[in-house]
Amino acid sequence: MPNTPLLSVRQLSCEREDRLLFTHLAFDLQAGDILQIKGPNGSGKTSLLRILAGLLPYAEGELYWQGEALHPGEPSFLSQLLFIGHAPGIKAELTPIENLLWYQDMHQGADQHAVIQALTRIGLGQFLDVPAYSLSAGQQRRIALARIYLSAHTLWILDEPFTAIDVQGVADLEQCIQAHAAQGGSVILTSHHALDTLAGLKVLTLGQAMEEVPHA
Amino acid sequence: MKDTLLRWFHKWGSPKWFYDLSGRWMPWLAGLSLICLLVGSIWALAFAPMDYQQGNSFRIIYLHVPAAILAQSAYMLLAILGVITLVWRMKMTEILATACAPIGASMTFLALVTGSLWGVPTWGTWWIWDARLTSMLVLLFLYLGIMALQDAIRDPSSAARASAILAIVGVINIPIIKYSVEWWYTLHQPATFKLTEKPAMPMEMWLPLLMMLIGFYAFFAWSLLLRARHQVLIREQKTRWVTQLLDAKPATKSDPSESAKS
Amino acid sequence: MHKTNTTSLAQAVGVCIRREFLLLVRRPSDLLNPLLFFALVSLLFPLGISPTEAILQPVASGVVWVAALLATLLSLDSLFRQDLLDGSLEQLLLTPHPLSVLVMAKVGVHWLMTAIPLILMAPVLGAMLYLPTQAQGVLMLALLLGTPVLILVGAIGAALTVSLRKTGVLLTLMVLPLYIPVLIFGTSAVHAAAQDLPADGQLAFLGAILSLTLVLAPLGISAALKVSVRQ
Repeated sequence: MPNTPLLSVRQLSCEREDRLLFTHLAFDLQAGDILQIKGPNGSGKTSLLRILAGLLPYAEGELYWQGEALHPGEPSFLSQLLFIGHAPGIKAELTPIENLLWYQDMHQGADQHAVIQALTRIGLGQFLDVPAYSLSAGQQRRIALARIYLSAHTLWILDEPFTAIDVQGVADLEQCIQAHAAQGGSVILTSHHALDTLAGLKVLTLGQAMEEVPHA
Repeated sequence: MKDTLLRWFHKWGSPKWFYDLSGRWMPWLAGLSLICLLVGSIWALAFAPMDYQQGNSFRIIYLHVPAAILAQSAYMLLAILGVITLVWRMKMTEILATACAPIGASMTFLALVTGSLWGVPTWGTWWIWDARLTSMLVLLFLYLGIMALQDAIRDPSSAARASAILAIVGVINIPIIKYSVEWWYTLHQPATFKLTEKPAMPMEMWLPLLMMLIGFYAFFAWSLLLRARHQVLIREQKTRWVTQLLDAKPATKSDPSESAKS
Repeated sequence: MHKTNTTSLAQAVGVCIRREFLLLVRRPSDLLNPLLFFALVSLLFPLGISPTEAILQPVASGVVWVAALLATLLSLDSLFRQDLLDGSLEQLLLTPHPLSVLVMAKVGVHWLMTAIPLILMAPVLGAMLYLPTQAQGVLMLALLLGTPVLILVGAIGAALTVSLRKTGVLLTLMVLPLYIPVLIFGTSAVHAAAQDLPADGQLAFLGAILSLTLVLAPLGISAALKVSVRQ
């Protein structure tokens, strides 16, 4: 069914600490879409991503996943979701391989060989077996980001994935995102980088101009 | 049937509806509790017969027993509200639960104080590790734990849901705690006068107690609504109906004074 | 579109157990500190009350139990804290597997690594407090039944307070009243054994409390974690 959007958001309102971040937000995400959430600091970009992942309650509105009402923590949705938030979820006492293997085994599973390849591709090839506490914050983030090279999830939600990544790495990640969309996957991300190179990029701006929201 | 239930739930979820309805109930509850407490205490203190064993000192049960019953009912209510909060995410039950905990705690405190006062003529000491008093003390700490948690979490909705979980855990534990404390008590102090051992009460002693109990329940309901109404106004202060309400009130008061000046 | 194959629950639980085990082994101070605390608190009593056998022996079981209770509580404060800060707690919520089961794996490893050494150490402290030899076995058995309850109930409290900055006293205030039944039946079992009386009844009560807790606590912990993360 090509007409059913992957993810639909209707009349979504979010309130944080008695402050209204956004109201009546509505958009559709089709298979193959790459959606960038823009807006000034504090406009609710991260809150929106966390609401979509089911990590934040929302004041009003409805979410639909493949045409059906989406409730937080639904296994059928979570098995198709890759979420990388602000905190990378990396254990300092574990090595990059151990960290990444845990993630893979919690989701689709992967062998050690594929994990090493992904870590090498993201530039951690020399640090495979050292505890993560000896790595920099940027390198720790990259362990988490390496998950997208292994991911078979349909929907990727990425909060500022390009911070602490060098130019070469950004280009490679963008290529990976593009390939994911070409295969029918979808990506929602926030970024301070200009993502002009991504073909078919859609933009949703929070904060001032709600009219620009792409409607169904 | 299901429809009426849903509509009823929806109504209770609406703070404005609650505020309007409770406003109409408040005077009735206040009147009922005032009459019952007044008549009940005069009856209990002046007219009810003396206990043949304890003399006049037994009259403290007219405070102690209703307070102890209320203390436990309030905790049950807290847990029931907690279940509704967690399952249906209703704002009103969040508010009612937040309002309920301190009242329940003060009832527990009152039961403890009257119980220990009762101990002076009965046992000749302020405190004795009686099973009932010890359970009350534990209940007080359960209340204080819930209040501390409510206080520590800033977001009112998260605070309500977190303390709802704690209240449910507590209510499952209360029977086990009570049983274990009673078990512990019989193990250590097998033969003393127990507060729990009520001699068969004649009607003239029992009726004022019932009166006091009704008065306590009405007072509890009244203070619960009062606190909840206060919370409703704070949490809904940005909505239109509250701003209208607040705008309307000072206007009616200031109008005559201004006209008097001019 | 992608076809997603999720790993089995058994595999996920196995991986979680392995990860918790590795984490605790590589952070040994988390294991050692509660044990030292356990010993230290027990040894304060002879200094505070009296070193004579006549006074210490009757209170020995109570002292060991109170110390075990506090040591367990102390080890729980950090149970979920690091997971919340580094983001792995939210990732745990985002796996397709039931959170209550995954959390049981974590709490189970925690019990295995902190409570078993404590149970093994208890007879030494008991002996130093003149606990009769015939009560030592019951002490260990009672702790074996009681400590999982302490950790499971405490984990609910730890999950409820994980998002708060300062929790030490709050956690204690919330959880200690719930520990009372375990304390009563635990000490009384040891007490009975010390007087050559049967302790089956008390141990049966501890077993019943444990089974109830094993069924209900996982739901409580996962509900509490969801409340704490989703705010």
